Amino acid sequence: MIKLLRYLKNHRTESILGPLFKLLEACFELTVPVIMANMIDIGIKNKDTGYVLVSGGIVVLMGLLGFASSLTAQFFAAKASMAFGTELRNDLYRHIASFSSAELDRFGTASLITRLGSDVIQTQAGINLVLRLLLRSPFIILGAVAASVMINARLALIFIVAVILLSATVWIIMNKLLPLYSKTRKNLDRITVKTRENLTGARVVRSFAAQNDERSEFDSASENLYFSQIISGKISALLNPLSYSVINLAAAVLMWFGAFSVNGGDITQGQIIALLNYMTQILIALLALANLIVMITKSSSSAARINEVFAVMPSLSDGNEDIKTVETIEFRNVSYKYPGASGYAVKDVSFSVKKGMTVGIVGSTGSGKSTVASLILRETDPTEGTVEINGRSIKDYTFSSIRSLFAAVPQKASLFSGTVRENLLWRDKNAADEELFNALDTARASEFIGKDLDRPVAKAGTNFSGGQRQRLTIARALVGHSDVLLLDDSASALDYATDAALRRAIAALPGKKTVFIISQRIFAVKKADLIIVLDNGRLAGAGTHEELLVTCPVYAEICASQTSEVRNEK
Amino acid sequence: MKNKKAQPNDTLKRIVLLVSPYRIHLICSLVLASFYVALSLLAPIISGRAVDAMTGKDAVDFEAVFTLAIIYVATVMGASVCQWLMTHLTNIITYKTVLKLRRDLFYKITDLPVGYIDSHPHGDILSRVINDVEQLSDGLLMGFSQLFTGLLTIVATIGFMFSINIPIALVVVVFTPLSLFVASFIAKNTYSMFKKQSEIRGEMTTLIEEAVGGAKTVNVFGRSDEIGEKIACTGEELRKCGVRALFFSSITNPATRFVNNAVYAAVGILGAVLAIEGKISVGGLSSFLMYANQYTKPFNEISGVIAEFVGAKASAERIFDILDEKTVESGLSGEIIPDGEREISFSSVSFSYSPEKPLIENFSLSVPYGKMVAIVGPTGCGKTTLINLLLRFYDVNSGDISLGNVSLKEFDINSLRRNFGMVLQDTWLKNGTVAENIAYGRKNVSRQQIVAAAVRAHADSFISSLENGYDTVINEDGDNLSAGQKQMLCISRVMLELPPMLILDEATSSIDTMTELRIRKAFDEMTVGRTSFVVAHRLSTITKADLVLVMKNGKIVEKGTHSELLRAGGFYKTLYESQFETE
Repeated sequence: MIKLLRYLKNHRTESILGPLFKLLEACFELTVPVIMANMIDIGIKNKDTGYVLVSGGIVVLMGLLGFASSLTAQFFAAKASMAFGTELRNDLYRHIASFSSAELDRFGTASLITRLGSDVIQTQAGINLVLRLLLRSPFIILGAVAASVMINARLALIFIVAVILLSATVWIIMNKLLPLYSKTRKNLDRITVKTRENLTGARVVRSFAAQNDERSEFDSASENLYFSQIISGKISALLNPLSYSVINLAAAVLMWFGAFSVNGGDITQGQIIALLNYMTQILIALLALANLIVMITKSSSSAARINEVFAVMPSLSDGNEDIKTVETIEFRNVSYKYPGASGYAVKDVSFSVKKGMTVGIVGSTGSGKSTVASLILRETDPTEGTVEINGRSIKDYTFSSIRSLFAAVPQKASLFSGTVRENLLWRDKNAADEELFNALDTARASEFIGKDLDRPVAKAGTNFSGGQRQRLTIARALVGHSDVLLLDDSASALDYATDAALRRAIAALPGKKTVFIISQRIFAVKKADLIIVLDNGRLAGAGTHEELLVTCPVYAEICASQTSEVRNEK
Repeated sequence: MKNKKAQPNDTLKRIVLLVSPYRIHLICSLVLASFYVALSLLAPIISGRAVDAMTGKDAVDFEAVFTLAIIYVATVMGASVCQWLMTHLTNIITYKTVLKLRRDLFYKITDLPVGYIDSHPHGDILSRVINDVEQLSDGLLMGFSQLFTGLLTIVATIGFMFSINIPIALVVVVFTPLSLFVASFIAKNTYSMFKKQSEIRGEMTTLIEEAVGGAKTVNVFGRSDEIGEKIACTGEELRKCGVRALFFSSITNPATRFVNNAVYAAVGILGAVLAIEGKISVGGLSSFLMYANQYTKPFNEISGVIAEFVGAKASAERIFDILDEKTVESGLSGEIIPDGEREISFSSVSFSYSPEKPLIENFSLSVPYGKMVAIVGPTGCGKTTLINLLLRFYDVNSGDISLGNVSLKEFDINSLRRNFGMVLQDTWLKNGTVAENIAYGRKNVSRQQIVAAAVRAHADSFISSLENGYDTVINEDGDNLSAGQKQMLCISRVMLELPPMLILDEATSSIDTMTELRIRKAFDEMTVGRTSFVVAHRLSTITKADLVLVMKNGKIVEKGTHSELLRAGGFYKTLYESQFETE
């Protein structure tokens, strides 16, 4: 959490004033027992009603001052912590946005969402608590001890011993408790996993008649949870009674030694009452501190998760030249290894593509097709070799110019909430409606969108079917000018007829567009000028359909698996 | 499907029933709570007496102080022990109830008809098992003990105070609740701010989920600046209303503290004036000051508990909703043993998922043992419906399905299902090792048997290349395996012990043709000499089938062999040809 405190830098004033006013409030609170002591020793003893009233007034005044400074403190703390959270979130998003796919895959979507969402909120809440309360409790404790020293140095020894014992008690219990909490958390996670499995796998569990096995696994998981809850419950239940005992034992000792001091005339009756009051204040402050520690532990694990993201540096850096047009794309001995993976995803791949060509990329799952796609789009850089555009390394060009010339349809069809129009305007903010309609036509999306560009799109486009989403993402890529169009297995949810019609429409697009089609379906790439066959990350062949049937056994085999029956039947 | 809503009183009654096995624990914890409250309230009186015994220089009654100090220690110790035991007992009751509730819920889930699980969001059911159980236990059980101690404390404090001095007691009793009004006033006025904050937070969550979920797309389109801008904008809104919500809600504590302070001062002044008149001792005043400090605490706790109660009751209803669901009716175990090597027949079966949308109507078919039935049709036509009926995931609305002339409903459902081996599109694997997954649902399976099954499913080579081979742990999302690898594990799982009937929902578009070749080989070996129902995507399966069922919009529109259907020139022919249209 400490690392993230840099986000308070711009709010130094608030971050200092917040705790400061909180301390001020504590000061006012600490004076009350002394005033009450005087009220008893002077007011009651001398039967001075005036003094009593004045003292009472001062107590109320102190309360009022405390209230005011507390409000001020809360205000600054709220301001500083909310600004902290906002800036942290903005920065964290900027950092995540700079990640290449390698870094994104490393964390995974769900985990990044948690970090950017609830972890930021959790850390922000932690900061707020720290600003408001972290200093308060130790200050009250020290202040109470100091006040007792001022009242009577010898009796104050009891306070010092009590505080040490009390701190030790709280510390030992917390030390035992925190790891137990995380163990309980883990056991609960196991129960969540088992339950979720039995919902998603309902059919399999039933078809194997494995309900009893599942039940006994669940039982043992939930018994584990029970035991860890009981153990941590037992220990956490100790906190209150133990600290209560410690402080009140000290109070009893105080009564006993206090009696001698009173008898000797060192202190007064009112001062004894003040001392007993300070004891109570110490107890309350320490218990508040223990509570605070639990909450801060939670936020610091959130903070740690956020720091993990910051610790990862994006592997891509921007080039400094704008590219005007894409004439050639060439892979020169390109290899790529995912971070942490043992083998290459793509190994020693070379090919060259000229403007206006249609290129098919085929291969089995895990053969490296999508990796090649992300290298073409510079979503990631090759581990070895170079990707060249117009004879120069792709790294020389600026991201923004590459993005404006390359239109892509990613494998996963992701739409954003808003309207169809908003989603279509991604590549060109100023595109006219006419252009959008054309794109929808080409992508075969007009049949369900019609002319209704303002049709709402729900979160992640869930109000459209998988096939509809794919067609909308294709339309999105067709809006605005582009030299290169890349379709990464983007027709998988379409039926064969729609797929064929779509490809016909794309082929008929005006201009000399270079088109990459990545597909599982041979017939989708059959007519391409160049087909690149990948097998286990290596180039197994490159050429036209007819050439490959002869020269590339892998291609021939894939073809056979998909079309042998067709030919037989025809 | 849904039972009628339980009456509110029923819910409470059932909650009581839930806790009733622990009534001895409960009674003990209530007794301990009473002792705890009494003892902890006695302490300020004792210390007050001790203070009274030391009025000034040379005026200390040492004997009294000594006795009182000893009593004080005993009281405090007693209170501590009672408090610990009480908490421990409440914990036992709570956690045991949680254990039992979760167990009941989970058992119920494994018994529920698949239809229920299909038609209810998994997140919602999961949340009932995890969060609602927690809420119920926290709110009702922990809440109950807090409520009891709280009420007892209030009553006892009032009693003790009135026994010391009536006027001061009146001041405390009348004015302290003021802080509660202050607190609820603030809560009411901050509610709208919090509502707005949670609305904006919801917007933010959506934004984040989309931005991160589609991060690669965002990158490829170079949109991250625009989205960063949007997040910053919404963040700014969130900050503005967050500061207000946070600030105004955090007034509560200082404000109640201030009210308490004022009461404290009033007690001090009134007490001192009365002490001057000799109507109360200094020690008595000291006890009062301590009570005044503690008096609000139980009120705050109780108001918290009441809010929790409402939530807990709602949770309980959500839990009982699931527990009240009907489970699948099953024939008695062992009475009639299903024989998978018999004929399967559908006689005038009608079925639909919802009454408005009739699906299968008056469908009859009989499949002799050892035959292969292929089911084809466009995506989403309801091909899996027949599978759902065969395995009794859903039950027919009318008509009957029988195995060897015995209705499926007569059999014990689990022994019926054991006659089927199933490989579905949806490759479900559990969080566990590869070996555990292959041996799923079977007992005492040796490693050799597991490997042999994997070899037959052509999965052995990829399993061996995994880091820990057969002991590789498949993680919760299964994302450390590719779709094809998962499919092969599912096949190995069935291979281990091939039942007489097979249901194969063939490979999906996510599996490439090379892998598919291997999987198909495995399928071919499996189906020899078994009754099989195959949802087909690929030709070879269809051509080999003894019967092809063609489905469209949930209905069976044509049936016959592959060549018969082609010759007939109907929907099948169109469908068949569209699949292979290349341009």
